[in-house]
Amino acid sequence: MDDASGSFSGPDVVEVSDFVALLKPRVMSLVVFTAITGLLVAPGTIHPFVGFVAILCIAIGAGASGALNMWFDADIDAVMRRTRERPIPAGRMDGGVALGFGATLAVASVTIMGLATNYVAAALLAFTILFYLLVYTIWLKRRTPENIVIGGAAGALPPVVGWAAVTGGVSIEPLVLFAIIFLWTPPHFWALALFYESDYEKAGIPMLPVVVGEKKTRLRILAYSFALVPVGLLPWVMGFAGPLYALAAATCGGVFLYRAVRLYRTTLEADARRLFSFSIIYLFVLFAALAVEQLIGRLI
Amino acid sequence: MQHRSEMHRRMRSRNLALLAILLGLALMFGVLTYVKMTGGA
Repeated sequence: MDDASGSFSGPDVVEVSDFVALLKPRVMSLVVFTAITGLLVAPGTIHPFVGFVAILCIAIGAGASGALNMWFDADIDAVMRRTRERPIPAGRMDGGVALGFGATLAVASVTIMGLATNYVAAALLAFTILFYLLVYTIWLKRRTPENIVIGGAAGALPPVVGWAAVTGGVSIEPLVLFAIIFLWTPPHFWALALFYESDYEKAGIPMLPVVVGEKKTRLRILAYSFALVPVGLLPWVMGFAGPLYALAAATCGGVFLYRAVRLYRTTLEADARRLFSFSIIYLFVLFAALAVEQLIGRLI
Repeated sequence: MQHRSEMHRRMRSRNLALLAILLGLALMFGVLTYVKMTGGA
């Protein structure tokens, strides 16, 4: 901060890159990608510019959630290897700046979404941001090993918001996309927790491996994987995805199950890393197949 | 002196960034208004 005399006090070395880091760009990219798919799959048309603004609002809303999460979690981020270089725990940014930045972006994204598209999409976006901050970050994360199961709802909502931006409502198809991401979240984060277990333990976060042990965690990963793969095929079964999607979902589903079974049997940390990496590919390929089919369908 | 010029450099780039954001927002609202008025969405 600059004071009246023009000299610096406090962490005034905030760079643009620190503000970018607050937005959690990697999480944002997955959010944007799934939201675009929701928007493309929805029946009806949206003006390309309005569609662009809707996706921009979802991206900014996701970024706002990231910033608010980093504001609230600065104390535990400082303890964990994975997060201690984030702007606030590293001392490059004041927590209040992140709070102001996140709150401003949250309000702006919801307002612009409402003005550009409709109020259902805006309300869903607001719900997503508030759910991530209040239910996941503030309430559940430090209290229960089911934190990411329930909190995963926030990460699963972007395709629903994208759909609502076009249609002004919600129906079964976006809820299937929601279910895919919702069931994908636990195996994804528990695989990560298996190789960052000591970090979570040090920070006092009750991630599943810390609370019930690695063996039970691997079993829960396996159970969620078996639930995820058939749900991943539902878009094709229900007729809003074609053969390309079916092929992608079946192939990647098979690999996902293989990785989960392997992790359950071998107990190697390397297998947890492999499942974690593949889970990202899985979600990317499924939603890409859905989006590509829609785009091809529109062009033909 | 170096400290002061560094401060001015930062303030200038911050102001330019804010100006760019405001112009971008104005442009976005302009195009949105046009799209809505012409019945494109």
